[in-house]
Amino acid sequence: MTTAEGNLAVAELAFVRWTSIAPRPPPAAMAGALGWLRENLLSTPFNIVLTVIIVLLLAWAIPELVKFLLIDAVWSGTDRDACLEFVQHREIGACWPFVWERLPYFIYGSYPIPDRWRVDVFFAMLAVGIVWLLWLNAPRRDLGAIYFFVILPIASFILLTGWAAIGLRPVDTVLWGGVLVTIVVASVGIVVSLPLGILLALGRRSRMPAVRLLSVIFIEFVRGVPLVTVLFMAGVMLPLFVPEQLSPDKLVRALVGIAIFASAYMAEVVRAGLQAIPKGQHEGAMAVGLRYWQMMRLVILPQALKVTIPNIVNTYIGLFKDTTLVFIVGIFDLLRTIEVARIDPKWATPVTSTTGYAVAAIFYLIFCYGMSRYARAMETRLAKSDRR
Amino acid sequence: MNVAGNHGSLLKPANLNTAVAVELVDVNKWYGDFHVLRDINLKVMGGERIVICGPSGSGKSTMIRCINRLEEHQSGHIFIDGVELTADLRKIDEVRREVGMVFQHFNLFPHLTVMDNCTLALIWVRKMPKKQAEEVALHYLERVKIPEQASKYPGQLSGGQQQRVAIARALCMNPKIMLFDEPTSALDPEMVKEVLDTMVELAHDGMTMLVVTHEMGFARQVASRIVFMDEGQIVEANVPEEFFAHPQHERTKLFLSQILR
Amino acid sequence: MSSELSARARPAQVVFYNDPKFRSIAYQLVLCAVVAFLVYGAASNAIENLARSHIASGFGFWKETAGFDISQTLIQYSPRASTYGRAFWVGLLNTLLVAGLGIIFATILGFGVGISRLSRNWLLAKVAGGYVETIRNLPLLLQLLFWYNAVLKALPDIRESIVIPGGAFLNNRGFFLPLPVSKSGFGAVEIALLAGILGAVAFYVWARKRQERTGQQAPVLWVALALVFGLPLVVFALAGFPLGFEFPQAGRFNITGGIEVLPEFLALLFGLSIYTAAFIAEVVRAGILAVSRGQSEAAYSLGLRPGPTLRLVVIPQAMRVIIPPLTSQYLNLTKNSSLAVAIGYPDLVQVFTGTVLNQTGQAVEVVAITMLVYLVISLVTSLLMNIYNSRMALAER
Repeated sequence: MTTAEGNLAVAELAFVRWTSIAPRPPPAAMAGALGWLRENLLSTPFNIVLTVIIVLLLAWAIPELVKFLLIDAVWSGTDRDACLEFVQHREIGACWPFVWERLPYFIYGSYPIPDRWRVDVFFAMLAVGIVWLLWLNAPRRDLGAIYFFVILPIASFILLTGWAAIGLRPVDTVLWGGVLVTIVVASVGIVVSLPLGILLALGRRSRMPAVRLLSVIFIEFVRGVPLVTVLFMAGVMLPLFVPEQLSPDKLVRALVGIAIFASAYMAEVVRAGLQAIPKGQHEGAMAVGLRYWQMMRLVILPQALKVTIPNIVNTYIGLFKDTTLVFIVGIFDLLRTIEVARIDPKWATPVTSTTGYAVAAIFYLIFCYGMSRYARAMETRLAKSDRR
Repeated sequence: MNVAGNHGSLLKPANLNTAVAVELVDVNKWYGDFHVLRDINLKVMGGERIVICGPSGSGKSTMIRCINRLEEHQSGHIFIDGVELTADLRKIDEVRREVGMVFQHFNLFPHLTVMDNCTLALIWVRKMPKKQAEEVALHYLERVKIPEQASKYPGQLSGGQQQRVAIARALCMNPKIMLFDEPTSALDPEMVKEVLDTMVELAHDGMTMLVVTHEMGFARQVASRIVFMDEGQIVEANVPEEFFAHPQHERTKLFLSQILR
Repeated sequence: MSSELSARARPAQVVFYNDPKFRSIAYQLVLCAVVAFLVYGAASNAIENLARSHIASGFGFWKETAGFDISQTLIQYSPRASTYGRAFWVGLLNTLLVAGLGIIFATILGFGVGISRLSRNWLLAKVAGGYVETIRNLPLLLQLLFWYNAVLKALPDIRESIVIPGGAFLNNRGFFLPLPVSKSGFGAVEIALLAGILGAVAFYVWARKRQERTGQQAPVLWVALALVFGLPLVVFALAGFPLGFEFPQAGRFNITGGIEVLPEFLALLFGLSIYTAAFIAEVVRAGILAVSRGQSEAAYSLGLRPGPTLRLVVIPQAMRVIIPPLTSQYLNLTKNSSLAVAIGYPDLVQVFTGTVLNQTGQAVEVVAITMLVYLVISLVTSLLMNIYNSRMALAER
């Protein structure tokens, strides 16, 4: 061994560990709840200050919320006196009797009471359709698609608008309101926007210049303007463009507006999915002899749609929230029924408005958050299935 | 048998100084409850080339990442050139200036040219004037044999070229110790040689190197010692000739049988 | 032999209706014919219907007197003298005002929340996450109505206004602020501000050049702040504080003087900012996550500290990923400002597609003009975004 080795003796060069070291638990300061606290909340002075501020904030906000919704809330009563402070001599939170009494109005609008069973049947059929399509292990989901996109719309239309011939009394759409209208508008938007969006996306990628130009103009135009203006356009211009006899009723106009708007956004989502499919898929399909529509239906679209399901669901969430805008063209969706109800003098208290908005918030949170959880679950599932 | 004097037949043990470059004493690290480094003891002299090998998950990358504080050790001591590595930010800065690192996935800054990648730290950490920094950078780019790529962006280079730029970038800071974390694992086979050749030249010039790699040919050629790790512990260490010819531990034998064909 | 080959060499005759080129042209002709037919049908129906209702056509209404009042006007407007055209501009300016301020607030809040979601502090990350999840799942209209009806309209009325120290009042008719009135000598402060800005820029350029030459760094940020804020303040003090305020005076039924900020404006601003900030937070988070950890690890191992690492390595890369969807959110905010019509804020849609359309009945022209305005804003922004994207694309092989 030369001195150039420094202080490393021959013996130190070779080393063998004959007894293995068993794993030990981490030191106490690091482990468990205390360690986690130190790591995540108290690691630097700045962090400590931040944690303290947030804890104080939450300590004020959460009890206030719970107080309003539950503890100080009024649970029964017949009119505004039940929810007025100077009558009840205590602090008042949410005025739930207001909600109980108006709940049918929030759900059905002014739909005639003896016919409300038809709305219930519609809700049930819709629920069946949704579960059938979304539950990945459901049997015969292709039948489910036909049910959802063909049978359900026709049946619902007959059920809700009525058909004298089979004993269903016609109900004018003016009477529809509340959750019924919200669900109808959202469903129509969802059902129409996907096929139309697919057509537009294919049109935009088409090699025929006229088709591509028309698709691009339509998509960019609709995406460039606010939904409010599209609804106004449908609301005031549609009656002008059709001959007098066919003048569509207000709900139909709003539905047309929503459908057009949603289709343009869906078109872009589908187009992104189509772009993600490698050209080899097109080539493979054509090599086997499939024609354009067969190729699309059997090979390309199934893959494209599967890839963009999370984005499609996100678009649906946006659509669901956008249904509130029919409020502005005079349609009585859930928000508008709440707006009408909260200014009722019978229930005029300082807390009525907030209670009404709380109901709307709960409704939308459940649906939108539910949809976003589904989207996220689908995302992880897709990621897993792509891993080898 | 000339165990100590012949660290690789092609290399003179040049510039081996008597200073201890890196020393790990009873280093332990946990990820949550998982004991990832167990009682690591390692002494690296100046000028030594240590090759660290082992199955994946054995903690090799974690160990060298502790040396420049990309990971924190929970117990034990790490000394770099005599300076102990603790939570003290100034010590960490000092250590990082003396230790350079080359990553498996290059980690070049894609929005900067090759030249800017190399001069970034010189300008902002060593506060060098731009002209001088560019001269230094060009010098090291020539050493890794790609001075003509200086105005290109990383995305325009091949994998092998990118990794050589990464080596040049680390060298620009004139480190005393170079860490390599699987530098050729992400490269296409035809580009592995150019990077290994660069690393061999670096070893020629007497750089202290700790290299995590599976390239046993490189280890045979250049390493002064090979360290085998498994399950967070150093299982066996020896000079290359002994390590490959007479592995002592069962696990070492198993590992060698799997990677040597 | 050769005749057989040459016979086979001639291309087979295709029946014309199987020729893809013919089909393509045929489809396109049919499509154009259908579209043309629909357009013609719609147009002729429209003309007929309009004529029957005695509604005028054309853009003559632009010069007619408006005859209605607008509650917030940034330019001169009077119900008796101003035209519908003028009302259009008032509405458009109101839209741009609320959209511009909304974009500023939403960006600040959104970046803050987005970065907080990535914080090591678990509480902060979870609270920020909760904010984003809740706001994104509630319709904007609901949030606007909440702010307007449940918060701003629930404020006390004029006589019991909340008094804010400094001379401002908050009540259900709005937010009344003192109006700054510049006195003589204020011009010097304005010049000082301009000088401060120019000075900061000049200092930055000088510091950069010096760093290139000698490697020394200068505290550019502090000096710039001192120049831009400090210099005008010093001049302001030296000139004897040449700024007066017209304070709102609380009368018995009214507050006169000062600046009046409408509750409609405040509700729209809050609602839009808070809603869009939640989406911006997600964009920012995605952008920062898109920069791989290896980038900051490489920077640290070169000896760069976290501050310069963020500035020189992480943020430039993150911004490339952030800016396209960020502008998309800005566009969304601008389009969403049209919800003003639900709470009565006089933006373009409310004034023009609301009142003007009602009074003139000329639905087609009014809606078309409104849509054109938004379309122009969207297309110009998209164009600028495309230019930005192509310039910033990372050079690849």
